[in-house]
Amino acid sequence: MRTVLEVKNLRKCYGSELVLDDISLAIPEHSVNVVIGASGSGKSTFMRCINLLEEIDDGQILLDGEDISAFGTNMDKVRSNIGSVFQAFNLFPHLSVLENITLAPRLVHGVSRNDAEENAMALLKRFGLAEKARGYPDLLSGGQQQRVAIIRAIATNPKLLLLDEVTSALDPVLIAEVLTLIAELKSEGMTMVIATHEMGFAKRIADHVIFLADGKIHEEGNPSEILNNPQTDRLKEFLGALHSAGRL
Amino acid sequence: MSYKPSSLQLQREDARRRASRRSTLIAAVSTVAFGLVAVIVVTGAPGFDRVRTSFFSAKYASHALPTVFHGLLLNLRVLIIAEIFVLIFGLLIAVARTTKQPILFPLRLVATFYTDLFRGLPLLLVLLLVGLGIPGLRITWIPNSAVLLGTVALILTYSAYVAEVIRAGIEGVNPAQRQAARALGLSSSQTLRHVVLPQAIRNVLPPLLNDLVSLQKDSGLISVLGAVDAIRAAGIETARSFNFTPYLVAGTFFVLMTIPLTRLTDWLARRQDAKQKQQGRW
Ligand SMILES: Nc1ncnc2c1ncn2[C@@H]1O[C@H](COP(=O)(O)OP(=O)(O)O)[C@@H](O)[C@H]1O
Ligand SMILES: [Mg+2]
Repeated sequence: MRTVLEVKNLRKCYGSELVLDDISLAIPEHSVNVVIGASGSGKSTFMRCINLLEEIDDGQILLDGEDISAFGTNMDKVRSNIGSVFQAFNLFPHLSVLENITLAPRLVHGVSRNDAEENAMALLKRFGLAEKARGYPDLLSGGQQQRVAIIRAIATNPKLLLLDEVTSALDPVLIAEVLTLIAELKSEGMTMVIATHEMGFAKRIADHVIFLADGKIHEEGNPSEILNNPQTDRLKEFLGALHSAGRL
Repeated sequence: MSYKPSSLQLQREDARRRASRRSTLIAAVSTVAFGLVAVIVVTGAPGFDRVRTSFFSAKYASHALPTVFHGLLLNLRVLIIAEIFVLIFGLLIAVARTTKQPILFPLRLVATFYTDLFRGLPLLLVLLLVGLGIPGLRITWIPNSAVLLGTVALILTYSAYVAEVIRAGIEGVNPAQRQAARALGLSSSQTLRHVVLPQAIRNVLPPLLNDLVSLQKDSGLISVLGAVDAIRAAGIETARSFNFTPYLVAGTFFVLMTIPLTRLTDWLARRQDAKQKQQGRW
């Protein structure tokens, strides 16, 4: 299968703190990759390196075989091919839902307003948010906001979708509606990297699970292997902690 | 079945009505009492009669009205032009001060120096330096008009104030917003134009309008350069009649002129407060 993203020996420091140490990973097309790890283990940093929001300290990142970590890469162009959704504050509060979704297609991809709105409305309709199109983000529930943020991220047909703890700020009922949307994207073949603490969800949706600890990929494999049968003490400990927090 | 309020609710509403009638009454009585005290104190003052004839003369007021009003039209023209330029320059300076592009570093330096300088200099001094200093240079292509130079001085000073307000707005926009925009592939200038600035301006609209109100009334200071605006016109009338009523007429005009903008400012601030309260419910 075609490789969408390839990360080779990635290294990232903040000052003297080594956050990512020699990370290598290949992400095939249509695969769902879930990154797990304690808070502060570098999940967000990893994602932010992929969409070039952080400068890397060593290694290489290839998107569709092209080295996007090379000096002089057109970063705006790379980012326009990668969809990203963060934990919170994704939506632009001064723009309506429809304007939020059509902003990048119009400004970055040169789509006409009509076509962009048509496409956005089709997406909103598909995910049950059509009646919110003219509304502003502050009138949406947290779950609706994150769903709109995900729709906005896929409205430009990205090659890869990065979801960084998109449900962490939500309560359980709202988490479910966001996870349902993500599962639908998987069934459509979207290639994704997801950081999450929702282990039940990870088990159901992931093709590949990556456990980050001490800046390294401590363990990786298919979800049942990793989550039901952890090999290292580190991962057992992490899963145990999640278990007692009621997340497993 | 249709809803009928319970007797408990009826009692409660009755009590509320009585309480509200009582507060209205208290407000009315206290207003009248305050007014009476003020009138007694002022009219009882030993110099009251002299002040009344020299500041509150209906005759001189109606006499001065047309010329003072004519002067006010000059203030209006000056302040409209000044407001336009102040908003443009203020925005540019604020953007220059917040830019992180290395190529614009010198611009940032100049912008910082500029705002430091003109926020510190008293407006009166800027007016005198520009209005008297520039003609002193005898550069022939610079028009030597009190109105023009006065307007320039106003623009110089108020651009610095407005730039600082807008800069505070830009810095107040959540950094996550900028990141979300960049992650969508927007360039840094697109991010500024479509994501950062609209939110920044919206957040500082009340203090921004406040500065414009200040600018409106400070447009009267161009009279020190000899421009015949409302204040200068009132001064001329006063010199002619030895009566100060024309100044009061000019003052009244200035207050009337700023009221629409101050009301708008209050209304916007209230609306923003309400909105912020609403956002507490996630
Ligand atoms: N901008 C930054 N500056 C300095 N240190 C940072 C920055 N962002 C993250 N870090 C540090 O890097 C480590 C990894 O953080 P992060 O990637 O956010 O972890 P996670 O998303 O897994 O919780 C943490 O120790 C954090 O303190
Ligand atoms: Mg994180």
